[in-house]
This record gives sequence, structure tokens and C-alpha cells, in this order.
Amino acid sequence: MSITATVIIGAEEHDPARSISWLWPEAAELIYGTIASLLIFGLLWKFAGPAVKSAMAARTERIQRELDASATAKTEADAEAAEIRRAAGDIDSERRRLFADADAQAETVLADGRARLEAEVAELRARADADIAAAGGRVNDELRTEIARLSSAAIDQVLRGGIIDDTAHQDLIEGFISKVGAS
Amino acid sequence: MSDARIEGYARALFEIARAEGTIDEVEDELFRFARSYESSDALRNALTDDLIPAGKRLAIVEDLLGGKATATTTQLVSMVVGSGRGRDLPAIVDKLVERAAHSKQLEVAEVRSAVPLSADQQDRLKAALANATGKAVNLKVVVDPSVLGGIVATVGDAVIDGSVRTRVDQLKSRL
Repeated sequence: MSITATVIIGAEEHDPARSISWLWPEAAELIYGTIASLLIFGLLWKFAGPAVKSAMAARTERIQRELDASATAKTEADAEAAEIRRAAGDIDSERRRLFADADAQAETVLADGRARLEAEVAELRARADADIAAAGGRVNDELRTEIARLSSAAIDQVLRGGIIDDTAHQDLIEGFISKVGAS
Repeated sequence: MSDARIEGYARALFEIARAEGTIDEVEDELFRFARSYESSDALRNALTDDLIPAGKRLAIVEDLLGGKATATTTQLVSMVVGSGRGRDLPAIVDKLVERAAHSKQLEVAEVRSAVPLSADQQDRLKAALANATGKAVNLKVVVDPSVLGGIVATVGDAVIDGSVRTRVDQLKSRL
């Protein structure tokens, strides 16, 4: 016989419709069962209850601690976040200030550099003008000196050649006598 | 030499020449010799070089003036050179000439010309200078080729310059 057949046969032998209740066991079983259950609950209450109770209290306390810690951590986190936000704000303002300072310094350096360059350019230009003028003056002086030297040499050359003859000498002497006599 | 010593020598020479009665000639000869002395480096060196014995210097004077100038002039120059005052000869002679001119109420007029002046020119020049300065002048003509042409006349502190040299110098200066 197969197992299926056995179960069917068994089911037919224990037909619930033939029992007192298909839900409730028999009375004795119910009573003993209840007593045993109460006994077990009582034992549990007596022996396991404190432990469970203390465990629950400990758990509650632990949970409370964790809640407190969480709250503290949250507060600290909020404070830290606020601090971070404040620091971020400070950093932003500091960055803006640094940027502004850097811009101002760059502008100052640029202005100084520009002014210095302009001054140097002006100085170089003035020096160049002075050099040009000096060179021009020098060339003029040299030219004038050279002309004077050549003229002087030419005059001496002419005088050495005896340009003043006796007639000229006499004219000069007579002119001098007349001029002095008339004065 | 100090001015006092130059003045002393000039006075002594003047008195000697005047005592000899040849002051005009001596004065004129000394003046011309002094100008020659000034213009000649060789003569100046010969008469002032202390390394040349005094006798030799006097011999040079004798060679230069002997027979060409009066004996008084030669002796006076020899006296100055022999006493080692050759360097001061022009100054001494100038003082002597000045003294001689003043003794006759005249002012010495030193005239430098590139060529000699004729007697007529000297007379007219003397008159012209007297007219210009208001003083009678004793004309001393020096032939100085460096003048180039014309005349430079010095009367006392006044200089009347009509020389070509000065005009040339002025021209060079302007150039």
C-alpha cells in the first residue's frame, strides 16, 4: 500500500465529524494542557521574568542612551554643520577678501609698474634728448673750432704770402696818423 | 728785481748820460737796444745766462754796440749786464726813457710799426698823438714785424691800436 492510500485510510479513521469538536481537544487534555501552560508561564514569569524585565530595562536604557547619544550627536552634528556653514561663509568672505586684496595689490603693482615704466621712459627720452643735444652741440663746437682753425690757418697763410705790400703799409700808417690826429 | 732797484739803476744811468751830455742819443740807443733784447731770444739768453762768464757777456755787448752806438751807451749796457742785471735791462731802460721824457715835460709814446716810419711820418704822428692825448710826447719807434701792418701806439696807460695783427686776432677770435 502506498503512502497516499495509508493517509486516506487514516483520515477516514479519524474523521473530525465524529469527534467532540474539530477545534477543541478533549477536556482532560485541555485541562492538563492549560495547567501545564500556566505552570510554564508561571515558571517563566518567576524565573525568566526578571531577566527579561532587566533585559528590557537595559534595552530600554540602551535605546534611551542611544537616543540621547543620537540627539547629542545630532546636536553636535547640527552645531558642527552650523560651524562648517559659518566657516564656509567665513571662507567665502575670506576668499572674497583675499581676491579683493589680490586685485587691489595687483592694481597697485600694475599702477606702480606703469608709473615706473613711464618715468623710466621719460627719463630715457630726456637723456636721449640731452645726448642728442650734447652731440649736436659737440658737433657744432667741433665744426666751429675746425672752421676757426682753418680760417686762422688761411689768414696766416695769406699773411705769410706778403699780402701787405709797401703801399698798403703806407696807407695803414697814414690812415692811423689821420685817425689819431682827428680824434 | 724790485722796482726800487730798477728805479735806482735807471736814475744812475740817466744821471751818467746827462752828465755826459748825451742823454738824448743814449736814451734813444738804449731804447732800441732794449727792444732788440726783448725780441731776440738768443741775445736775451746770451746776456742772462749765468753759466756764460761775465767777460764773455761783456764782449758780446761790445760786439753788438761797439762802433754803432755811443761809448756811453755801450758802457751803460755793459755795466748793467756785468752786474748780472741783464734780465732787468728793458725795465731799467724804460724807466730811464720815462725819466728823460719827464725831465723835458714829455710823455713817452712807444710806437710799434711793421715798417720804419719816415721822419715826416714821425713828426706828424707825434703831433697827432700830442693832439689826441693832450701831452707833448717823446716818440719811440720800434719796428716790429709781428704788428704785420699799421701802428700800435702806447702813451702812458693808453693804447691806440691800429695794427693789422690786432684786427687779424679779432677776426680769429670772432671765427
